[in-house]
Amino acid sequence: MTNPFILALLFWIAAWALNEWLVRLSPRPAAMRRLIDVLVPLVFGVAVLAMWEGVVRGFAIPSVLLPPPSMIWARIVNSVPILWADFRQTFLKAVLIGYVLGCGAGFLVAILIDRSPFLQRGLLPLGNFVSALPIIGIAPIMVMWFGFDWPSKAAVVIIMTFFPMLVNTVQGLAASSAIDRDLMRTYAAGYWQTLFKLRLPAAAPFIFNALKINSTLALIGAIVAEFFGTPIVGMGFRISTEVGRMNVDMVWAEIAVAALAGSVFYGVVALAERAVTFWHPSVRGG
Amino acid sequence: MRTSAAAPVAAAAPQQEGVLSRLAAGNTLPIVIVVAAIVVAWYGFAVYLNMPWQLGVYERSGTTWTFADLVRDTLAQERPVLPSPHQVFAEMWRTTVEVAPTSRRSLLYHAWVTLSSTLLGFALGTLLGILLAVFIVHNRAMDKSVMPWVVASQTIPILAIAPMIIVVLNAVGLTGLLPKALISTYLSFFPVVVGMVKGLRSPEPIQLDLMRTYSASAAQTFWKLRWPSAMPYLFTSLKVAVAISLVGAIVGELPTGAVAGLGARLLAGSYYGQTVQIWSALFMAAALAAILVAVIGAGHRMVLKRMGMAQ
Repeated sequence: MTNPFILALLFWIAAWALNEWLVRLSPRPAAMRRLIDVLVPLVFGVAVLAMWEGVVRGFAIPSVLLPPPSMIWARIVNSVPILWADFRQTFLKAVLIGYVLGCGAGFLVAILIDRSPFLQRGLLPLGNFVSALPIIGIAPIMVMWFGFDWPSKAAVVIIMTFFPMLVNTVQGLAASSAIDRDLMRTYAAGYWQTLFKLRLPAAAPFIFNALKINSTLALIGAIVAEFFGTPIVGMGFRISTEVGRMNVDMVWAEIAVAALAGSVFYGVVALAERAVTFWHPSVRGG
Repeated sequence: MRTSAAAPVAAAAPQQEGVLSRLAAGNTLPIVIVVAAIVVAWYGFAVYLNMPWQLGVYERSGTTWTFADLVRDTLAQERPVLPSPHQVFAEMWRTTVEVAPTSRRSLLYHAWVTLSSTLLGFALGTLLGILLAVFIVHNRAMDKSVMPWVVASQTIPILAIAPMIIVVLNAVGLTGLLPKALISTYLSFFPVVVGMVKGLRSPEPIQLDLMRTYSASAAQTFWKLRWPSAMPYLFTSLKVAVAISLVGAIVGELPTGAVAGLGARLLAGSYYGQTVQIWSALFMAAALAAILVAVIGAGHRMVLKRMGMAQ
C-alpha cells in the first residue's frame, strides 16, 4: 500500500521534468511551438490537480475541509440541474444584463463628454478615484432598492462596470495622434466621421481593456451581491448556504462553474478583441 | 484631444486676472463643480426616493403639508431609502468623534479592524508576488507553466470563495485576523506578480548585454539592473493591490457572522435596514481606500525621485 502522497509527489517531479524538457525544445515549425505553449501549462495544471488529490488522500484531510478533485467532479456530474439553474440566475440574467448596460452606459457617457474638455477634466479624476473604491459595498443598498431577485444584482454590476469603461474610453478617444486628426481635417471630415473612422478604431484597444477588466468584475459583483439576499437560487446563494451546511464539495463545484464561466467570458472578449483590433502591434505579434 | 483643447485655455489665462482662470485651467474647478452637481443630484434623489413613505405618514396623520415641509422631512427620516449627505456625515461624526475609538459603536474601531487585516494581507501578498515574479523571470519552465495560470486565475471570481476560505480556516483553528488577511493576500498577489514580471523584464537587451560585458553574476544583474528598473511597475501594481486588498478584507467580513469590521457593519446595516449606517460604513471604506492609495502614491514619487527617475 503506497502512500498516495508519494505517488502524487513522483507525478509532480515527472511532470516538472517533462516541462523542463519541453521548454528546452525549440522545434522549427510554428505549429509545434504553439502546441508546446499549450501543453506546458496543461501539464502543470494536471500536476497541481494530482498533487491536490495526493495530499488530501495521503494525509487523510477530512473532505469537510478540502475535498479531493475527484469528489468535486463527481458532485458536478451529479448536480447538473442545480448548477445550471444557478448559472442561469446569476450569469445569464444578472451578469450579462448588468455587463451590457454598464459597459454601454460608460461608453455612451464617454462619447457625450468627449466634446467638453471641462467635463472630462472633472469626471476623469473622479472616475479613477471611484475605480479604486470598494464599490461592492453598495450591494446591500441595491438589494434594498431593487429587491432580492436579479435586478438588484444587475444594478451592482452596472455600477461596477461603468467607471472602468468610462475612464478607458475617454483615454482611448484621446489616443489617436495629432497628425492623424490633421489628416482627417484635410479630408474635411466632420466630427462624427472623424469619430467613427479614426478615433473609435484607435480607442478600440482601450475599450477592450475595459471590457476584459469588467468581465471579471461583473461576475464578482453578481456573486457577492447574492450574499446580501436572494431568492433560493443563484451561485452566490448556493455558495453561502452550502458553506453553512458544510457541503464543501458543492461549494467547490459552484466555484468550478464560476471559474469556467469567468474564463470563457474573458476568452470570448479576448477573441473579439483579436478580431476587431487585428491591426494592433500586440495582436500582430510585432 | 485633451491637450489641444486645454492649450487655448492655458494660453489665455495670463491675460485675465488671477486665481479663477488658473483654477479653470487645472483640474480643481471642474472636479469641484462635478462633485457639487453630484451632491445636488443626491439631494434631489433623496427627496424623490423618500417621498412615498413620507406622503404615507402625512396621509395617516392627516396633516396638511407644503413642499418645504416635504423636503425637510424627507431629508430627516430615521430609516430613509436614500439618506441625505448631511445625515451620513452627521452619523460619521457621531460614530468617529463622539464615541471612544475603542468602543464597538465607533466607526474608527471597525475601520481599524478592516485596515489591520488589509495591511497584513497586502504585505503578505506583495512579498509572495515579488518572490513568484523573481522565480518566473529566472526559470523558463516556471514562466511557461505558471504564467498562463496566473493570467487565467485573474478571470476567476476569487472573491466568491472568500466565505469558504474563512470557514475552512476557522475549522482548522485559524481565527481572527489571519483568515481575512489571507483573502487579501490572495487577491493582492496577482497584480504584483503580473506587474513585477513585466518590470523585471523591462531592461533593454542592450543593458543586459552591458551587464554581461561587466561579467556580472545573476545576483548582481538582479540587484543593480532588474530590481531598480522594476520599481515603477511595482508601485503601479501596489496601488491596484492595496485597493483590491481592502475589497478582499471587506468581503471577508461578510460571511460567518463576523462581528467587527466595515463589512460586518454593512451586513448588520442591511439586516436591520439601517441605511445611514450602511452609507457611513461605505464612506469610511472609500476614505480608507483613498488614504491607502495616496500613501502608496507618495511612496512611488519618493522612490522615483531618489532614483532620479521622476519626470
